[in-house]
Amino acid sequence: MIELFKQPNIDWMGKAKYFYALSGILLLAGWASILYGSGIRYGIDFKGGTNVDVRFAQPPNVDKLRSSLGNTEIQSIKDIGDPNSNEVVIFVEGKGQDEQALEEGRVRILTALNAAYGLSGSNKPNFNAATAASLAAQLSEKDPLLLSANAGDRYQQLAKKILDYRDKNAHGVLTNFDDLSKADGVTAPVLAALKDSYVLGPFGIRNVEVVGPKVGAELRQQAIYVTLYALGGMLVYIAFRFQGGGSVGQVFLAQRGFVGFVLRLLDKMIFGLAAVLAVFHDVLITLGFFSLLHFEISLTVIAALLTLVGYSMNDTIVIFDRIRENNRLLRNQSFADVVNKSINQTLSRTILTSGLTFLTVLVLFLMGGQVLRAFSFALVVGIVVGTYSSFGIAAPLVVAWNRWRGQGVAAGTGPAAGNKTRSSENVSGRLAPAGRR
Amino acid sequence: MNPNLKWKALFIFSVILFCIYFLFGYPVFPTSVAQVKDNFGKQIKLGLDLQGGTHLVLQVQVQEAIAQETDTTVDRLTTLLRSKNIHYDEVRRIDDMHILVRNIDPSQASEFRDLVTQQYNNVWDLARAAGDPNGYTLTLRPGAVAQIQESTMTQSLETIARRINALGLTEPTIQPRGGRNANEILVQLPGVGDPAEAMGVIQAGGQLELRLVRDPVTYPSVAAFMAQHTVLPPGTELVTGSLESRGANGVTDKSEVWYLLDRAPVVTGRDLRSAVETRNTSNPGMWQVNFTLSPEAAKRFGPFTEQNIGNKMAIVLDHKVQSAPVINGRIEDTGMIEGNFSQESAHELALVLRAGALPASIKYLEERTVGPSLGADSIRHGVQASVLSLVVVMLFMLVYYRLSGGNAVLALFFNLVILLAFLAMSGAVLTLPGIAGVILTIGMGVDSNVLVFERIREELRNGKSAAAAVDAGFDKAFLTIIDTHVTTVVSAAFLGVFGTGPIRGFAITLVVGLVANIFTAVYVSKTIFQYHLMKMDRQAELSI
Repeated sequence: MIELFKQPNIDWMGKAKYFYALSGILLLAGWASILYGSGIRYGIDFKGGTNVDVRFAQPPNVDKLRSSLGNTEIQSIKDIGDPNSNEVVIFVEGKGQDEQALEEGRVRILTALNAAYGLSGSNKPNFNAATAASLAAQLSEKDPLLLSANAGDRYQQLAKKILDYRDKNAHGVLTNFDDLSKADGVTAPVLAALKDSYVLGPFGIRNVEVVGPKVGAELRQQAIYVTLYALGGMLVYIAFRFQGGGSVGQVFLAQRGFVGFVLRLLDKMIFGLAAVLAVFHDVLITLGFFSLLHFEISLTVIAALLTLVGYSMNDTIVIFDRIRENNRLLRNQSFADVVNKSINQTLSRTILTSGLTFLTVLVLFLMGGQVLRAFSFALVVGIVVGTYSSFGIAAPLVVAWNRWRGQGVAAGTGPAAGNKTRSSENVSGRLAPAGRR
Repeated sequence: MNPNLKWKALFIFSVILFCIYFLFGYPVFPTSVAQVKDNFGKQIKLGLDLQGGTHLVLQVQVQEAIAQETDTTVDRLTTLLRSKNIHYDEVRRIDDMHILVRNIDPSQASEFRDLVTQQYNNVWDLARAAGDPNGYTLTLRPGAVAQIQESTMTQSLETIARRINALGLTEPTIQPRGGRNANEILVQLPGVGDPAEAMGVIQAGGQLELRLVRDPVTYPSVAAFMAQHTVLPPGTELVTGSLESRGANGVTDKSEVWYLLDRAPVVTGRDLRSAVETRNTSNPGMWQVNFTLSPEAAKRFGPFTEQNIGNKMAIVLDHKVQSAPVINGRIEDTGMIEGNFSQESAHELALVLRAGALPASIKYLEERTVGPSLGADSIRHGVQASVLSLVVVMLFMLVYYRLSGGNAVLALFFNLVILLAFLAMSGAVLTLPGIAGVILTIGMGVDSNVLVFERIREELRNGKSAAAAVDAGFDKAFLTIIDTHVTTVVSAAFLGVFGTGPIRGFAITLVVGLVANIFTAVYVSKTIFQYHLMKMDRQAELSI
């Protein structure tokens, strides 16, 4: 059998300070960029405004575009898509504008585009702007297939096929009518009819987004709350499944004042807390990378961040699960050793799963096209950071807490060591093991 | 064969076969590859971001309906006080929710109070006005406000739905959005690349009112009226309309005129029973819209027209006077709207009138149109990348875990089939964030298999027999798998409940994928192992 690691024996906890340092550097770099550098670049979903995505047949002259649109109101025109796709996004920011103004902004952009690049001296409609219904109506009128009354929905189907060709093979902007002859069902008379009734406009609108400031603010708020709720839910579940020292009763009944109560509660929840902190750390670092590399945060990116939360949590739980199991088996070893052993035992699984998932999202990043780029970037960064944080942050945090709270207590009976004994034997009077499982 | 195993296998096969049938063999049993593709395309519905289409969020300006209620009450109250001979100086709207009644004759104060309490018991609260011993303020009750809000929203939703449906689009979505007080409506029109028509029809007013003209003279501007009369008579307002006169040279001359109208309409769009466009009888080149009133409205309209013979009646559409014909006799239940209509515009107006007017105007908060070419690009890239990475993952599993890898590949494949079939059955749409959910599902599917296999290998290293190692491996990994899956399902549940749109789409795909994964990576995979163990030589090594 092929094996990645025979019997790894690495002292992970001994290296915890390097992991902390690495995370510190990454967090610092990212958040310096967010706070003092380029900041977080919100996409239109969150800041509101008008986005018009236009694809041109020829490389567009951006200066001409700018002047035709009126310099004052345009915030940015930038290239997107593949290098030779001649695709730009024109963006007007929505700050302080109400919805009505935004809608007018959209109309102005489209009118200006038509004026600058429109069809000069022709009153035929633009084929690149034709909808299936209008095309079908044109075709029925010309009747190139000589079907007259028997046409039925033949022309509707033909129109759909022709537009499918325009949208899928020519990416929405046809530059030569003759290309259509490759489409299914387009015969010479059909082609002649199309040439007769349409002209080819030099651009096609690929996407229009108008987001009012209210919706933008709402979406921003929702994204934050929903992520926090999800983290909270995870915290409760993990704290319940991986309970640290002390029974619930002891947490609430012990007469040690407020501080004592909080400490005991933390003992109880330390696994959940460490896992959630580690995941939170992953999100913060990924956001930092977004700022450093100038990617925009959109709603889809939020979905990617949530994916990485799920993924990183999964990774952490696999290790915690092993710690829980080993804790019962290896009573005479120190907690740090138990954690080390658990990480080593799960190492090949960690590398395999992460490696394969990383491969998946890397393919998505490289081949996924413009729409998926920011999305898959979040996953590429997130999977690396998420894997690392499980053994580099989450586990060391539990060990550190255990060390701090369990000073002088026999190894493995610290608060985090948890369920070593089934009975309610009292080890130190202060730190009783939980009686679960 | 072990009977238990036989039943398990049968169960698994029927689940998978059902899913495959549902995805590819339904609704028409396929006889060609094209039909299989066609079935699949019909079953898996794509979101707007993948198939192209228009997504609109609009807000109903409920405040307008509340203000209108206040206006109507001012009119009714005025009429009521006059008919009871209660003396007052003024009945006036203070703001959207408050009415001021000034200087009621002190001797009639109790009569006034009784009247208001009796008439508007649950709608308006009566209180003394500050600074006027004989004045009163009426305040719209919160309950009444909530009721107006609710009925306005319901009516807007129904009206917009009727208007959109009249366009004959496939599977539009029209539903309320946001919280109770958001007053928002979500409209999704799959496949509509150019939203202009839909937006036009949604936004078209269609607010029809028939109002009495108070002054036979029209005025060229508000200033002209004020110059002659200085103050508006109570219960009236000036409304604009355009007057078209065709000069001797055939040039149409458009000018603005103002009419003095009653504030309260006699008949509104709600009283219409039908509306049809027809050719104008006197001018065949032009079109008009004929309408019929409901029986209840006709009962009001008949006496009203009889009393006002010789006066003018204004037909007001969206706060503009369309025409103001003289009432020549008693009219029961029919009328017509004349104007400068082509057949198309008359047809559109009739459609909008039939669908009913919006009780308040609307504002667009969000508009997204994904062109079909962008959607096609996204899905092509997404599918290509997913297939390629899936192939790479599967190949790796086969190389690394040999025969057992085949087991994992099968489990992954089943997982995808179940996930897609469930999406098809529940009518959920596949969106870009949904694809993210699928990727996470695949990731966790691979992970579950790796967890189990690594455990089995460990047990084998510890010297257990193949059968014992498989048993122990599944047992121990099961707990881990449950914990990872439940944690993720918990978080996804929060996303599904509190998130909207893309975030919810992600959550639904993820939850379904994870449940399917527990089934395939544990139950199915274990059954295959057991079958294999049963067939193979007791001493042989497990191919893992």
